[in-house]
Amino acid sequence: MAERTGMVEKRGWGLWATHAMMILGVLVVFFPIWLAFVASTVTQSEITQPPMPLMPGDQFLNNYREALFEGVNVPVLTMLVNSTITALGIAIGKIAISLLSAFAFVYFRFPGRGMFFWLIFLTLMLPVEVRIVPTYEVVAGFGMLNSYSGLIFPLIASATATFLFRQFFLTIPDELAEAARVDGASPMRFFWDIVLPMSRTNIAALFVILFIYGWNQYLWPLLVTTDPEMNTIVMGIRQMFPSGDDLADWPVIMAASILAMVPPIVVVLSMQRLFIRGLVDSEK
Amino acid sequence: MTFKGWILPLLLIAPQVLISAVFFFYPAGQAIWQSLFIPDPFGLSMQWVGLGNFEYLLGNKYYLASFWTTAVFSTLVTVTSMVPALFLAVIADRLIKGAGTYRTLLIWPYAVAPAVAGVLWLFMFNTRVGIVSWYLGLLGYDWNHVLDGTQAMGLVVVASSWGRISYNFLFFYAALQSVPKSVIEAAAIDGARFWRRFWTIVLPLLSPTTFFLLVVNIIYAFFETFGVIHTITGGGPQQATTILVYKVYADGFVGQDLGSSAAQSVILLVVVGLLTVLQFKFVEKRVHY
Repeated sequence: MAERTGMVEKRGWGLWATHAMMILGVLVVFFPIWLAFVASTVTQSEITQPPMPLMPGDQFLNNYREALFEGVNVPVLTMLVNSTITALGIAIGKIAISLLSAFAFVYFRFPGRGMFFWLIFLTLMLPVEVRIVPTYEVVAGFGMLNSYSGLIFPLIASATATFLFRQFFLTIPDELAEAARVDGASPMRFFWDIVLPMSRTNIAALFVILFIYGWNQYLWPLLVTTDPEMNTIVMGIRQMFPSGDDLADWPVIMAASILAMVPPIVVVLSMQRLFIRGLVDSEK
Repeated sequence: MTFKGWILPLLLIAPQVLISAVFFFYPAGQAIWQSLFIPDPFGLSMQWVGLGNFEYLLGNKYYLASFWTTAVFSTLVTVTSMVPALFLAVIADRLIKGAGTYRTLLIWPYAVAPAVAGVLWLFMFNTRVGIVSWYLGLLGYDWNHVLDGTQAMGLVVVASSWGRISYNFLFFYAALQSVPKSVIEAAAIDGARFWRRFWTIVLPLLSPTTFFLLVVNIIYAFFETFGVIHTITGGGPQQATTILVYKVYADGFVGQDLGSSAAQSVILLVVVGLLTVLQFKFVEKRVHY
């Protein structure tokens, strides 16, 4: 990054104005999250008599205890576990199958290579949303409704990760593979000892993106988990609203919403560098 | 440099090829196949109708209305998520100190799932308890997105754009940081004021990023906003917020009209195809840039 000199940099009053605008922007963007947090710490009656307070109340422990261990249809804790397993399954599964196939495409010439490459490439164009009915039928046919495999498998085959790893493997110096071969190392030995360790950063960056992708899924879990015990948190919140005109249990629902946000936010903030890198890489 | 053998590589690609075949190609094929049939009234057999489902859809006013709704929705989401993001990125770019902190704070909404964002905005605009709708009421503005289609559209647009502001901000900010400072300073020496520099130098240099974000945000608005719409409006009132993806779901799963839903999937497939080609055209261009 080039050193910035003062010429086009604001000073004095202008600098304060810039900060003020930035703070205003952050406040506006942040407000919905803050309000949800406040709502998760007050009583139902404080919310149902608008306007609700803008500062947290003293019901934090009560509301979160009720959400986590009782919930509405099913304890939020159960949904958090389901989401964790699903998101980890999607992230790890995608990375594993993509690493293997990218390795094969870069380091081998085999019959059908071009065709398989294009087949995988085509999956880029097929978001799950456009093929929901037939995919649902396939999953139902396998008896995978209301199961983790039903939640995970249809979402782990996508070409993005494969292309990313392929790009990266192409930058690994040829000499390394050459040396491995001269030393009589098998291809898989080369994969484990050289390629995998060198891909650490890429794997981590992709993991951050894929974990959030898996955690935030909505439509697919909505279709395949009819049993509340298998609901993921992101789709389960909607199920906590009563049907008809009954009043929703807002403090518990908002506590569940906050709990649904915490894992992805923690992942993003704690791995901010990797996250931004993964974001830029996977969209290129 | 490559290794010898062909059994090992086939084994290595087998998991991905198998999963793609079972969960991508077979269902996509099914969708195309089913789009050529209608189930008989008893649901016992399927009757071949050729392109009948497509003809019906393209003459159906609800489907055409859904196309229009999608166009309006995705345009509004794209603009609402990109303009504030660019504005914030331009401000952040002027700061030497503190930009990192602001960036950290602005990333948060990206991590919030669209469906959860839907719940948060629904809460703020809820007709009974919503704090924003309550204050709007004080100002004499009657908020009821459950009955008013325009308000419903406004609410799903804002809820869908909110998390995307973070995303767009990150890309704009990164692009602004890579604009050579010498160019900006040369213009400053020539006496160009901030906004003039922005319009004539910075914005043109940002055009690859802007175009990229345009395409990505349209794809997002088309396919990833289902959660927002399902939580806030359920496509209503009177289908005012039924975008194409929502209609595939509503007709296929709620209405059980498989032939029509499959035909809609095929049409969407074509749309995704076009958008993807557009995206790759751009990537190619940027490589030469």
